[in-house]
Amino acid sequence: MTDAPILRIEALRKDFKTKNGTGVEAVAEVTFDIPENDFVCIVGPSGCGKSTLLRMIAGLETATAGSIDYRGETISRPRKEIGMVFQEYSLLPWRHVLDNVALGPEFLGTPRTEREAKAMEYLRLVGMEDFSRAFPHELSGGMRQRVAIVRALANDPDILLMDEPFGALDAHTRILLQKELLRIWEHHRKTILFVTHGVDEAIYLADRILVMSARPGRILDVIDVAMERPRHRSHPSYGPLAERILTILEQEAAASFRDTAAAQHGEE
Amino acid sequence: MVKTIFVRAAVYLLMPCLFLASWAFMARHLDNEVILPGIGQVAELFTQPTESLIAMGSLVRNVAISLVRVLAGYLLAVFLAVPLGILMGYYGTVFRLLNGFVALFRPIPPLAWVPLVLAWFGVASLATLFNVERGTAYLYLNNLKFSMVFIIFIGAFYPILTSTIHGVSSVRSTLLDSARVLGASERDIFRKILLPASSPSIVNGMRIGLGVAWMCLVSAEMLPGSLSGVGYLITHAYTLARTDIVIAGMISIAVIGAFLDLFFRIVEKRKFAWTRLTR
Repeated sequence: MTDAPILRIEALRKDFKTKNGTGVEAVAEVTFDIPENDFVCIVGPSGCGKSTLLRMIAGLETATAGSIDYRGETISRPRKEIGMVFQEYSLLPWRHVLDNVALGPEFLGTPRTEREAKAMEYLRLVGMEDFSRAFPHELSGGMRQRVAIVRALANDPDILLMDEPFGALDAHTRILLQKELLRIWEHHRKTILFVTHGVDEAIYLADRILVMSARPGRILDVIDVAMERPRHRSHPSYGPLAERILTILEQEAAASFRDTAAAQHGEE
Repeated sequence: MVKTIFVRAAVYLLMPCLFLASWAFMARHLDNEVILPGIGQVAELFTQPTESLIAMGSLVRNVAISLVRVLAGYLLAVFLAVPLGILMGYYGTVFRLLNGFVALFRPIPPLAWVPLVLAWFGVASLATLFNVERGTAYLYLNNLKFSMVFIIFIGAFYPILTSTIHGVSSVRSTLLDSARVLGASERDIFRKILLPASSPSIVNGMRIGLGVAWMCLVSAEMLPGSLSGVGYLITHAYTLARTDIVIAGMISIAVIGAFLDLFFRIVEKRKFAWTRLTR
């Protein structure tokens, strides 16, 4: 991996204005590189700004300071090379599955027959071809997220951003989809940036794990996961790795709890 | 099974039957057709709906004229309220700019506009606008008085506007974000996300708006210069003490209102099946 990174994030910061006018720092001075074709997971306590970070990379939010470079270009708005999968249900409920998957190509002006063929091909990739005419409300949560993933892929992005995509699923479905995601990633070789609060999920999936602090979010630790795939949760490095990440997260959770309590105390 | 169907039908029909029975009883007891004519007398008017009544043309003709008026005011309201509602629902600045102002006029009942509207438009009609003074075109166009159309427009405008704003502003932001990430232009966002996502709410507002428009009809047709329409038929029949025609006119208004409502319910059921099952 001597090539230039596909994504370079430098001194990125994001402040939010709250209702009463005081600024809240959501992301503080985050710097990291993402090498091409890597699977990177970001873990952190809830509310640490990891979703905000992802939304900035997607071009949905503007940074307060710092820069995001995609292959040397600054990102300021959504672009088709960067796809995103959301945690919540993001399919258009009035369109059947095929039309949902074809949405990206449709926005880019691909003719109907061509984009439908493409959508069908991607549905086959996740074994959903028989559901092409089904409506989202007729699908299970796991099926919906499969469709959401291939919808992002149908635009043929270089980078796939995933914001806790399996967070709302039950444990069995989640494990199944993790496997499927790895299979897709190994076939299609995308760069994936995956946000999760599941330590286990991060270790199972990632080449590299970025551990974020409580708000304002900073990168506390970068861990390369060297285990070969397919990984098993019984692997001897699994436990110590989880232990290491959980210890950091626990300290962070305690710190943020103290801060919140102090802030509330101060307000009174 | 047969029994349950029978019971169901009985439940539905109980109130109407009781109502008709007490009507028949009261009419017989009072024995005064100005206060309450018999059922048969009113029903007879419906057996010959194309017969001319009290020198005003037939029931069907007057209903048709009223429908055209309502549709004119109503369509005007739809064409203004829907785009305005979409803009107000989507752009916070447009909402803040207009909402306080628009909300100021909302509590004014359509009927309260009558004196002002008469001062503005008088008896001017589409015939005046197009400068038509005779012929069949005159007869049709002269029936569309600006003042009437305006009263009906006011009645229909607010329910449509409010529902449209609500529909657009409650579109989940994830749908908009995911479309943007997939490369949607602002035009795509409006046409392919906002409009379909809020259409159940818009159509619901259109249904309520049409109901209100239809209700404003009688007051609109009582305005000076009006010589036709169910509303006018009712008021004119009242001055002649023809209570049977008054009731026949009321029934026509009710039945047509119910049919218009049914039309929208069918559209909602057919087109928006997806809303019933989404969380």
